Parts: sequence; C-alpha cells; structure tokens
Amino acid sequence: MREITLTVNGERRKAMVKDNELLLDVLRDKLYVKSVKAACWRGECGLCTVLMNDRLVKSCLVLAVEADGAEILTAEGLVKDGEPSPIQKAFIEKGALQCGFCTPAFVISSHKLLTMNPNPSDEEIRSFLSGLICRCGTYNQIIEAIRGAQKAYASR
Amino acid sequence: MAGKFVGKPIPPQDAFLKATGTAPYNYDIELPGMLYAKLVTSTVPHGRIKRINVEEALKVPGVVKVVTGKDIPYMVGMYAGDRDLLAIEKVRWVGHPVAAVIAESLEAAERAAELVDVEYEELPAVFDPLEAMKPGAPLIHEHMEKYRRLPVFKPVPGTNIANKFRVVRGDVETALKEADIVIEEEFHIKHVSHAFMETQNVIAHWHLDGTIEIWTSWQNPNPVRQIMAESFGIPYNKIIVKIPFVGGGFGGKAGLGWEALVAVLSREAGHRPVKLVLSRKEQFTSGACREGFHAFVKAGFKKDGRFIAYDVKYVLDAGGYADYTVNVGRAVAYSADGSYEIPNIRCEAYTVYTNKVPTTALRGFGYSESHWVLEQVIERAAKKLGMDSAEVRRINLIKPGVSITATGERLREDVGNPRKVLESILQEIGWGKPSEKPKEPWKIRAKGVALLVKGPAQPPKAPSSAAIKFNEDGTINLLVSTGNFGQGTVTALAQIVAEEFGVPLESVRVDWIRDTHSAPYSWQTVGSRGLFTDGIAVLNAVKDAKRQIFKVASEALRCPEEYLELVNGEVRVKGKPWMKIPLKDIVMGYSYPDGTSIGGPIIGRGVYMSVHTTNLDPETGQGHPTIFHTYGGTGVEIELDLLTGEIKVLKAVQAFDIGRVINPLLLKQQFHGGFIMGMSIALFEEIKFDERGWVLNPNFTSYYVARIKDVPPVVEKFVETPQADGPYGARGVGELTMIGVAPAIANAIFNAIGVKLNNLPMTPEEVWKAIKAQRPDLIEKAVKEYQKKMKEVKAVA
Repeated sequence: MREITLTVNGERRKAMVKDNELLLDVLRDKLYVKSVKAACWRGECGLCTVLMNDRLVKSCLVLAVEADGAEILTAEGLVKDGEPSPIQKAFIEKGALQCGFCTPAFVISSHKLLTMNPNPSDEEIRSFLSGLICRCGTYNQIIEAIRGAQKAYASR
Repeated sequence: MAGKFVGKPIPPQDAFLKATGTAPYNYDIELPGMLYAKLVTSTVPHGRIKRINVEEALKVPGVVKVVTGKDIPYMVGMYAGDRDLLAIEKVRWVGHPVAAVIAESLEAAERAAELVDVEYEELPAVFDPLEAMKPGAPLIHEHMEKYRRLPVFKPVPGTNIANKFRVVRGDVETALKEADIVIEEEFHIKHVSHAFMETQNVIAHWHLDGTIEIWTSWQNPNPVRQIMAESFGIPYNKIIVKIPFVGGGFGGKAGLGWEALVAVLSREAGHRPVKLVLSRKEQFTSGACREGFHAFVKAGFKKDGRFIAYDVKYVLDAGGYADYTVNVGRAVAYSADGSYEIPNIRCEAYTVYTNKVPTTALRGFGYSESHWVLEQVIERAAKKLGMDSAEVRRINLIKPGVSITATGERLREDVGNPRKVLESILQEIGWGKPSEKPKEPWKIRAKGVALLVKGPAQPPKAPSSAAIKFNEDGTINLLVSTGNFGQGTVTALAQIVAEEFGVPLESVRVDWIRDTHSAPYSWQTVGSRGLFTDGIAVLNAVKDAKRQIFKVASEALRCPEEYLELVNGEVRVKGKPWMKIPLKDIVMGYSYPDGTSIGGPIIGRGVYMSVHTTNLDPETGQGHPTIFHTYGGTGVEIELDLLTGEIKVLKAVQAFDIGRVINPLLLKQQFHGGFIMGMSIALFEEIKFDERGWVLNPNFTSYYVARIKDVPPVVEKFVETPQADGPYGARGVGELTMIGVAPAIANAIFNAIGVKLNNLPMTPEEVWKAIKAQRPDLIEKAVKEYQKKMKEVKAVA
C-alpha cells in the first residue's frame, strides 16, 4: 500500500492504494466519485472515462499509482454552484440521455471535445465519441446537445 | 384537449441528476457491513456434479462462506419455474452458477472463487434445438412436470420442449392448395445480448426477523417479490424490493434475476448484507440473453395479392432454462399475422431447452422474431406476383373495427391507422423513386419498408395502481411502481398529474426509488405497457383525489360540487373566479377562521385492470392476448458494398400510431433509440458459441454494439389516432421501435438485387456469402468496376 494524492474536481484528496489497484476503483470505492461507471472493465465501453491532467483516459486502464499527483475532472466537477455546465444543460434540454448510465462519460468527453474545438463537424463528433457505448441509442440527441452547447464554449 | 404539459417536449424529470453524474444506481450503492459475492460457474455444458471441494477457497483471508446448490435447493421462476439458484446435482450450460463465495472484499471473493474445485461427470450435451426436439435427445430437465409454472404453459415432459403453443384459424391446408403462389422459406436468428450498460447487480439483506430487503438493478420490483415469496413460502409483506436508478433493461431485467440467490447468501452469511455484481463476461455467460430462433414457413397468396394462407413453425433455442422464453414462444405465435388479415393461419411454436446460455425477454420479444419472417414473406410474394410490395401490404392491411386477428380478436374501431403509417413512411423514404447513385460503382443503394404491430405480452390479469398524495404545501407525491430505466414513463405520468391539477410540473414528484412497500402495485414494467396501464391508474387516482377535494371545497365555498372547477391549482366557483380556495388550503383539511376544520389529508387512489383480455384456448390459441395494438413501421435507405457485403443505413424513417403524443421529446428518444438498437442487432450482434457451448465473444470487442459513428439520421412520424380507453388516447410504443428495422433492411436488399437474407445478423461476411450464392454476377461486376477504378487512380498517380 502506498499513499497517492489526486486533485479530484478541484479538491485535493489522498488515498491508500495497492500497486495493482485501478484508478477506476480508487475513484469509485475510496473517493466516492460515483459518476465514473464501468460496464466492461477492460477498456471497451468507455463509461469510466475521466479527464486526467486534461487528457481523456479510461480509468479502468490506468493504475491508481500512475495517477499520483494528477488532476482528475469528472461530470460532477463540471457543476458550478449547483448549476450544470452548458454541456450538461444541453444534454438535459435535448434529451441526450435515457437510462443515464453512460451519460457522465459522454458529458465529460463532449466537454473535452468542445474545449478543444468549439465548432466540430459531425464527422469529428462521431469519431471523437466512438469509444463510448450508449445502448439506449441517444447518439443523435448527443450530437444535438453538442450543437446546442457549442456557442457557450466558443465565447469562453 | 389543449395541454399545458401534455403534448410538450419536456426533458425527463431525472435528467439533472443523470447529466451531473449524481444519480444513484444500484451499482453505486453500498450498505454498512456489506459482503461481496462471486460466482463459481460450470465449465462443462451438461454434467452431474460429483464433488465440490471448497477447502482451499475457505483458506483465503476474508472469505466468510462458500455456498453450493445442495445447501439451497430452491427452484424459482416467473413462468416456467425451471431455475435453480445454484446448480443442484447437475449443470445445464457452460456458465451455470455452481457455487458462490462470500467474502469481506470483492478481491478475496474473486481469488477464492478460482480455488473452488468442482468435479463433473459429463453428460451428452445438445446445442441445436432441432436436435434437442428429437426423440432420444439428452434430457436437460428430467422433471419439468414438477416445476411450479403458470398453468397456461404446456411443457412436454420426457422431451426438451419447455412449451408448445399453437394458433389455428381457418383451414390452412385447403387455402394453401387454392393459392396461386406459395412462398416456402426458412429463417434463422442467432442469440443476442441485451447489453444494458449496468450489469445485473443485487444487494440483499436477510434480516434476523426474516424480513428480506433487496436493492436491485431491475425493471420493476413486484415480480421480484412475487417470485421470491412464492418460491420461499414467505409472506409478501416480509420482502421489500427497492430499485434506484437503473442502467438499462430492454427486457433483460424483467421477471426474477439474482435477488433470490443473493438473499439466501445473506442468510447463509449470518444475516449480513451481500452484494453481487456480474462482470460483463458473467452477464454474457451466466445471465440470460435473447434466444436463437428458427422458422419454417409456407405462405399462400392469390394472384391479386391477397394473403390467404400462412403456415409457420417456430423453434426457439431457449438454452439451459426457459423461464421467460416460454412466453416468447407464445408471443411469436399470436403475433404471426402482424398488421395483416390472413384468413387461414396455423402457427406452432416450440420453446426448446439446449445446453447453452439461458434466455429471456428482450425488447419486442416474439414480435421481433415473427416480423423478421412475415415482413420478408410479403416482400418475396410481391416480387413473385410482379406487384409493388407496398400494394401487397395495402391490400392485406387490417381494417379497424372489421378485421379479425389470428387469435380471433375483432379489432376495435380506434385500434390505430396502419394505412396512414404505411403511407407516411413511403412518402418520407421516396418509395418508387430511385436512390441517388453512389460514388463507387461497386456499391448500390436501396430502399426497404417493414410494418409491424405489437401489444404487451402479458397474462390477462395484469393490473396497475397509483396513488396521489398531497403534501402540506400543495405539492404532490405521485406513487407508482412502474419502473424507470430510461423510457421516461414517470415523467409522462407527472405531466398528466400536473395537467389535471393545473399545478407546475415541479410540484409533482415521482421518487427515483421504486419499492414494493410504499408504492402501489403494478404487475410489471414490460411490453411498452407503462404509460398505458399506469397512465390510466394515474388518471383514476386524479379523479379520486378531485372528488375528495371538491367535496371539501363545496362545503367551504357553500356551493354544489357541480359549480366548482379546478384551475391553476385553485378550486373556483365557475363564473365567480374570485370565490376560490388554493389547493394547499384543502389538501390537509380546510380550516374555517374559527379553527374548526373539515376534510383531511388527500390521497387519491386509482387502478387499471386489463379489459377484455383472456386466456388463449390451449388447442387453437384463440382469445384476446393483449390490451392494445400499436401499429407502426420502419423505412430505410441503405448502401450495400458488393465487394465486402457491408450494409450501411443512410436514412431511417420511423412511424407509429401512438394514439396521442404525451411528450414528443421522450417519444423521439424511443424512435431513435429503438432504431439504433434494432440496427445494431440486425447488422452486428451475435453471441457466438463453440462446439462445446462456450461463449466465444463475451465482451464488447468481439460482440460489437452500434456506436455513434454507425448511426444514420432518423425521421420521426407521429401518427395520432386516439384510443378511447388510453390515457389521453395514448398507446405504448417503447419496444416497438426496434422490431421493423431488421426486416426493412433485408427487404431493401431483396428489392434492389433479389438476394434473400434469411438469417440474422446480416454481417458483411453473411451478406457477401448470400450474394455470392444467389447473384455471383453482381460480385464479378463489382470486382471489375473496382479494378477499373484502381487502374484509373494509378494512371492519375
């Protein structure tokens, strides 16, 4: 066991972890960041995606010790003073969620896409988000949500 | 009826929690002192358990107990009652749970599970249901007659047939002789996974006093309680089932899941709470999937296009247990005639055990299978008759108020308008107009259509109920137990309540936890029934609450009830709007200025009971199986690469007669989501088994599910023919949206090049092989075109 420090959604957190422990499990079970989901546990579904030092990673493929000192941003961290961020508002308004289990991963990924490129083409959106699975099939509404939020990102 | 909320595109009420990642799913929940369970599963497809050695497993630090089937010899189930909790004496498929390890941590449970040593005496196994039906096939359930099943299901003891069901109307033999053309075909469908994102997971706490508390990722709490109570012989009120947010269901979380097993594990572990979370691999190999399927068809048509005879035999590959699939084997038969009136019909459906992964309901069950067959039969017949398939569909479409279905049901006048559905699809897809030519000459474009109809496949008695409980400030708690696993039904129910009381939508709240203790009963959340059944129950609860409110207001306002109205959350005297009382001053009882009070807390109650549905005749299948029929259809334009066999959907049209749109945003989600799931199953999905019954692709790399890059634009066509007994005239639709997709795609290809695709999935390999077998000239031509193009490219370079 060793101690690692993570800055999770702006807050410095410490955790005792084993060398073989996954970032996914530490976030969920030790730091209670429950927006980070898992549906395959092997890097196929993308539901455990988080922003680590401003890069999207699948937290089931990252060892917790590799993340020592990192900044982690998840869907919870996009909320400011109880207000959802523009991308979250757009997901709500456009109905870009059904069961909602994949939604945090799509939200954080779409947020990253729009911060990199506030005006992505449909092809860019499709290619950027194809690592994630939404079985309910809200894909077309997710594209609408990204379109709905892009103005807010362009003006930032 | 103009609506302030009904008919408006209102986002799901729980969208805020979902978008912010703060919605609690069962997967996220932990209870104090909770233990973790891990399954040990069978490595042989069929065998007797000789010995289970748990000594090494018990030595792992943190292990509390290892439980095996002989410790807990219960048989459970919803319909067929053929499930054990852990294998008792014998295993029936690779993946059959044999033992469960309970430990202080998941890691310890996992390590110990690997150390449980099971010795089997292998028995001959059978993997093909057609083989399994033959006399002398190895028996998978030797004592099926002893199972506690619903009496409408008819197993054939001494065979592997878990249920045999027939629908017979008219004289199919004679009609086939009188037909001008006969289509004779076989169709086959492979097993598919629900692939809900949240795998099945349960927390159970068997308390010391015998109360069983269950937390589960399931569609509806009531069947879980029912099956556990009946199987264990425990009073219903000692079992409390709670369901928080659910990460998808699609039919795979209906009936009973792992709750009974985990409850017993909790008892065995000294009454501590236990959690079981299936891994994705376990979900594929130990959980239930959609059955494999064979159909053998003869269909007779007259020269003028009339469909006069339909003779079809369905064989369902149900796997190791068929608890819910026996009902699939009914639905597939009584839905055989789809949207058409076929005077002579005979369908036989056999649900057959095999030594493969067990099976259960999947979105649209039975109907997806029957329509995959029927809608292609129509297309084939049209070509043989030299007619436009749209015309053959028009000629045979049911006539509301007149037509009789395969089960002998006369369709109500306001059943829906399938003709309008068909025409709106044809118009949107540009039927009869050629597609744009693709850039690459080795590709072709084509258009296809499929119609469909569906009602909820349920027993004749399947009631719902609802309660409306007012709070002190006039806000409303709407109590229902219908599930909320993505469809948004509860938002639509809240809209109805807000509409009826004239209060803001925010004033009506449906809690996100469904539970058997405080919410009124609803039979199940399946079959696209929630809005219809629970919607009616809610409207009746509204009526009941209003009656109580008006009674108090009448006294307080000194005015007969008939002169009162409820507007914007106030009871007013009609024509004298200044004489009014706000709801909040009535719903806890009305107080006069001197403090004397009348009335009391208002609770409105309402029920739904199925109307006119009956059991079906055991010999002929005649009767009324469903509470409504929703007609709809799908149109597609596709592009086929003749070099690779790859099909790409360019455009989709979804049209359904939903009676009345309660929430167009939620409806749009279903139209799109169902199309995408249907397309994914049509083109990509197949659980592959090796010759020993092992699942070869229990993961999302080799079991591919549609991604955002695969998805075409979807056009939604809402047809609204209100049904008199539906809430605001509405009918259900959620499941239906995926049923027409596969046959529409196959029909497009048959239309364009005459190649028959009788098997699902339509993977590039299968499609290419079909073209190669049926139209090798097309492939030769495509190769030449490709070589020509490559030469041109080289020349330019």
